[in-house]
Amino acid sequence: MTQIWNIPGGIHPPENKQQSLRAPLGHIDLPAELVLPLNQHLGAPAEPVVAVGDNVKTGQVIAQPGGQFSAAVHASSSGRVIAIEDRPLPHPSGFAGPCIVIAPDGLDTWINLEPCPDYRAQEPVELVQKIRLAGIAGMGGAGFPTAIKLAPKANQPIDTLILNGTECEPYITADDRLMRDRPEQVIEGARLMAYLLGEPDRVVIGIEDNKPEAIAALRAAAEGSPIEIAGFPTKYPSGGEKQLITILTGREVPAGKIPADIGIVVQNVGTAVAAWRAVVRGEPLISRITTVVGEALDVQRNVEVRLGTPVAHVLAAHGFQAAKASRIVLGGPMMGYAIETGDVPVVKTTNCILAPSQQELPAPPPAQACIRCGMCSEACPASLLPQQLYWYARAQDHEKLEAYNLFDCIECGACAYVCPSSIPLVHYYRAAKGDIRQAQVDKEKADRSRERFAFRQERIARQEAEKEAKRAERAKAAAAAKAKMAEKKSNAGTASDPVATAIAKAKAQQASAQQSPVEQRAKLERQLSAAQGRLALAQEKLSQAETEEQAEKCRAAVKTAEIKLTDVQQKLANAKDAPKDDPVAAAIERAKAKLTMSPLEKLNATIATLSERLQKAEAKLAQAQTEQSAHVEALQLGVDKLRAKLNEAQEELASHSPTTADERAPDDAASAAIERAKAKAAARAAMSDTDKLREQVSSLEVRLDKARQKLADAEAEGSPHVDALRTAADKLANKLADTQSRLENA
Amino acid sequence: MALMRISSPHATGPNRTTQVMLTVCLATLPGLMALVWHFGPGPLINVLLASIFALALEALALKLRKRPIGFYLRDGSALVTGILLGLALPPYVPWWLIFVGVFFAIVIAKHLYGGLGYNPFNPAMVGYVVLLISFPLPMTQWVLPAELTQQTPTLIETLLGLAQGTQGLPDGITGATPLDAFRQNTGELVLDVYAQSPVLAAGQWAGAGFEWVNLGFLLGGALLLQQRIFTWHAPVGMLATLLLLSALFYDGGSSNSAGSPWLHLLSGGTMLGAFFIVTDPVTSTTSTKGRLIFGAGVGLLVFCIRTWGNYPDAVAFAVLLMNFAAPFIDYYTTPRTYGHTKPRKATEKSE
Amino acid sequence: MIELISHHPIASALIALGSLSLIFGAVLGFAAVRFKVEGDPVVAQIDALLPQTQCGQCGHPGCRPYAQGIANGEPINKCPPGGQSTINAIADLLDVEAPTLDEEHGEESDIPTVAYIREDECIGCTKCIQACPMDAILGAAKQMHTVIADECTGCDLCVDPCPVDCIDMIPVQTTLSSWTWEPPKADLIATDRKEHQAA
Repeated sequence: MTQIWNIPGGIHPPENKQQSLRAPLGHIDLPAELVLPLNQHLGAPAEPVVAVGDNVKTGQVIAQPGGQFSAAVHASSSGRVIAIEDRPLPHPSGFAGPCIVIAPDGLDTWINLEPCPDYRAQEPVELVQKIRLAGIAGMGGAGFPTAIKLAPKANQPIDTLILNGTECEPYITADDRLMRDRPEQVIEGARLMAYLLGEPDRVVIGIEDNKPEAIAALRAAAEGSPIEIAGFPTKYPSGGEKQLITILTGREVPAGKIPADIGIVVQNVGTAVAAWRAVVRGEPLISRITTVVGEALDVQRNVEVRLGTPVAHVLAAHGFQAAKASRIVLGGPMMGYAIETGDVPVVKTTNCILAPSQQELPAPPPAQACIRCGMCSEACPASLLPQQLYWYARAQDHEKLEAYNLFDCIECGACAYVCPSSIPLVHYYRAAKGDIRQAQVDKEKADRSRERFAFRQERIARQEAEKEAKRAERAKAAAAAKAKMAEKKSNAGTASDPVATAIAKAKAQQASAQQSPVEQRAKLERQLSAAQGRLALAQEKLSQAETEEQAEKCRAAVKTAEIKLTDVQQKLANAKDAPKDDPVAAAIERAKAKLTMSPLEKLNATIATLSERLQKAEAKLAQAQTEQSAHVEALQLGVDKLRAKLNEAQEELASHSPTTADERAPDDAASAAIERAKAKAAARAAMSDTDKLREQVSSLEVRLDKARQKLADAEAEGSPHVDALRTAADKLANKLADTQSRLENA
Repeated sequence: MALMRISSPHATGPNRTTQVMLTVCLATLPGLMALVWHFGPGPLINVLLASIFALALEALALKLRKRPIGFYLRDGSALVTGILLGLALPPYVPWWLIFVGVFFAIVIAKHLYGGLGYNPFNPAMVGYVVLLISFPLPMTQWVLPAELTQQTPTLIETLLGLAQGTQGLPDGITGATPLDAFRQNTGELVLDVYAQSPVLAAGQWAGAGFEWVNLGFLLGGALLLQQRIFTWHAPVGMLATLLLLSALFYDGGSSNSAGSPWLHLLSGGTMLGAFFIVTDPVTSTTSTKGRLIFGAGVGLLVFCIRTWGNYPDAVAFAVLLMNFAAPFIDYYTTPRTYGHTKPRKATEKSE
Repeated sequence: MIELISHHPIASALIALGSLSLIFGAVLGFAAVRFKVEGDPVVAQIDALLPQTQCGQCGHPGCRPYAQGIANGEPINKCPPGGQSTINAIADLLDVEAPTLDEEHGEESDIPTVAYIREDECIGCTKCIQACPMDAILGAAKQMHTVIADECTGCDLCVDPCPVDCIDMIPVQTTLSSWTWEPPKADLIATDRKEHQAA
């Protein structure tokens, strides 16, 4: 006999399990539409691999897992994909989310399955991958992808596999039905999972003792195998993963850890069957057993439902009387959530559709004052202090909430169930948990913002500092020049004669040249020999040059070398009979020589193309303006930019021209100037100030009209952006008025 | 289809605060019947008057605080406070005394602290202690049980008493209670005390009348325990401590004896306190361990005050003193949460 | 010795007191140096409580300068994005009475917003990029700009500089992952309080 441990707390709500167990497992017709949400479970949504209009077969993959914590989605019947769009999701928020909608053709043609009866011949890794691709996710509640649980990390040796057949929630009998009808599949599933987990020491199926038939059926099916069937006293919430672990092993999962950390894996019995079918028969998960129960229904039973079947369709097939129902709950009365519309589909985790009457589950009475009776702490299976948590949740004291271990609450609802004052305790905890998580997210964002802002400040400061340094350098240079000037002036004594200054300057220069004539000469001699070498090399290259282009280049190189050589020779000569000769002359010579090779042609060409582009742009701009196109602004900017570039090029050219105008490109400079003048004239003609303003006014008017139109639309739809749009429209109107007044003034 | 979006659980248990309170009221009946049987209609009038005053003052306070009157009156907490105070008062006190007591209980001790659930002190005991300190004479005069006087005050005498207290009653009808007899004991053996005190002499274990009243409250308490209105921890903690201490200090019935365990368990307000006052959830501790400590603390204080203190009975003082200590006890008795190795101190800051 | 003391009571008292004060002064001085607690500077603590929108509505060029300002005695109710909760937190930290928000600096908004650039209207002027304290706008001259929504703090400093008004502040969308339960509807006590305030 398996040893059973006790858990603290717990409650004994009316079980209400008989209603749905009287009838055998049923089947219902296919609905008109199958709605398959892309995120049916925790983790990233799946990515669709079919398009609207595609024909799909039963079991065909229609969406691939979108990440590690994701599972594949399969067509649950053959038919045509008629939409991939947002539909209401089975989620307490009532939000819509992306779904693939299939119109079944009624034929239910399957894809070719790949059965694998002898799975022991394959590696567990491959089988786990198979389970992953079959889209198996936890069918008990949270819908955690099964493949992840079946592939524990290497440092987590699993010694115990627990199959959870507890089903402690009132009303739900889906697992009970499964264990009674298909016990051999449950046992096979347990064997498969044990194989995948490396044959743990203990494989135990935990069932509450209010399901004697299921226990008997499983015991019979497990005859002769080491699989334990453990029945234990009925108490809600024994079926919670952590609670079940304690009941069957006496161990506790440490806070913030997962069962695999203590060598235990817990799987729902339904999940085990689904995994077995996926591996042995090759069937993906396309249907599940769901309990349909509640006094607002004519028929209460368990049915095998194709995933994606709208809840309303299931209810309609069981004689749902909307007037009698107090609400529709997906899941049980303790942990399920109420849905607002019957359009939401049945998904992998939908173990129960509960349609209770008003008498069955009346609306909660208004909450009375907490009298600190302590019944909640007696009922809490996690040994929390629910009333303290309630006070602090109301006071939004996040620190205290965490100190009282709010995050160890499993939201089983036992505390709220026993509360004599009908305080919605779990609701408070959920809201508080959400607030705390949000606060953490906000805090992280604020920290990141602080960092980014600090970085930006630093960057701006650095740029400023660089600018400042440059400015300081320039100022220093200017000051030095001034000082020099002043010095010279004082050197020249009282004479303010520019000639005297010039003489002084020349003298100073000569003095500096005289500083170390020997060294200078040595340097020049070195330069001379280098220049000679370079010249020889260039000449050699010229003789070897094959094409004209190359030859041209080489010739230029030869010439540079020659110039440099003569230059150096000249300098050397100067240096030799220094300080008689003037070095200034040499400098002029040098400058002249360099200029012979200056890229003047290039500049001129650039200017020519730029002015051509400018003309084109201006033409376009004018056209746009006459057509009142929306691109006027952009074009205007383009023209401005081109003009700026042109000016830049011209300036560059101009900087060269003083020394070259007489020698090389007088014509080019002149033509550039003419071009420039022309371009400017054209631009001015195209755009007088008033014209500009007028254009602005008209474009503003167009934009204002557009903005007003948008605003009206938004108001009609009651869009949340109305305010933003209204401010935008107001701003535009202001701008327009402003421009108009300027136009009048102009 | 109008579907609600409310959080789970959708099912609620059978317990209702109103029902809890009404069950408590019903459970006082055996004790009340014993009181009436032995002391005449006075206690019943006390209870009725106190209840009426309590409901009226509660309504007034709610109105002043702009709360929905009907909704909060229906929770029955004011009725319980009134009944408990009425039961604790000596029979045949003037009506205004009852009013003053109820006023302090409902308005001062409860509503000024924020209403039901927020009051740190047991309202009925606050009312009782205020009266005991302010009006010691009428509060310490108990009529003698019917076994001694062979007659109980008639209804007319009782109504007269409402106006003027025990002065309106026939002479010789009041006398020392069993606890008084012991408190006034000056060096005599327990047996002698029993022989000299008419009340004790006429009783089986702890004084005529009083022992039956206490047994009545014990019965009512057992009923509440059976109904799982509260847990056994606090009453058992209190009674066990009282039993243990009185057994220790019984001293074989010598002249230094503090009285027998029977006397302590079955006289004065012991049982009323153990099952109806100490179990008040609002002013008690939260965890079961804490309740055990809380009850034990009350038992200890009751014994100390009875034996060495100046007041005839001590339940009210003991409860109020332990009310002070309740948050402190809570702080040290936080249960160990699932998955945590040791209970975390609630005031530890997560820094 | 005793005689000496009894003969000069005042002088001996003064000496005794003086030497005592010297000893204690030395002990205290030693303790102050030896056991000095390196506390988190108050500016950093205040800065940690501010919402870091860097919006400048308080009149400072960012949150940290305002934290510095508060440390220098400025009112703590000048931060509309943080709202009352931030004011309360700072009041708690500084152990002062929590004032209400100074409406002069803007109104508290319950709905967090994020900037959104209507991209077909953007002319690529980069003015918003320069205005953004968070570097949360991507783009270059003549290139369409876009907001990195995750980094945007909703400070709306980019809205005004935009020459074509193509930036909207839109409410942050709640997604399935960010959705949480609303707290339960205020119970009777709270509703009463509201009615009371209205009356």
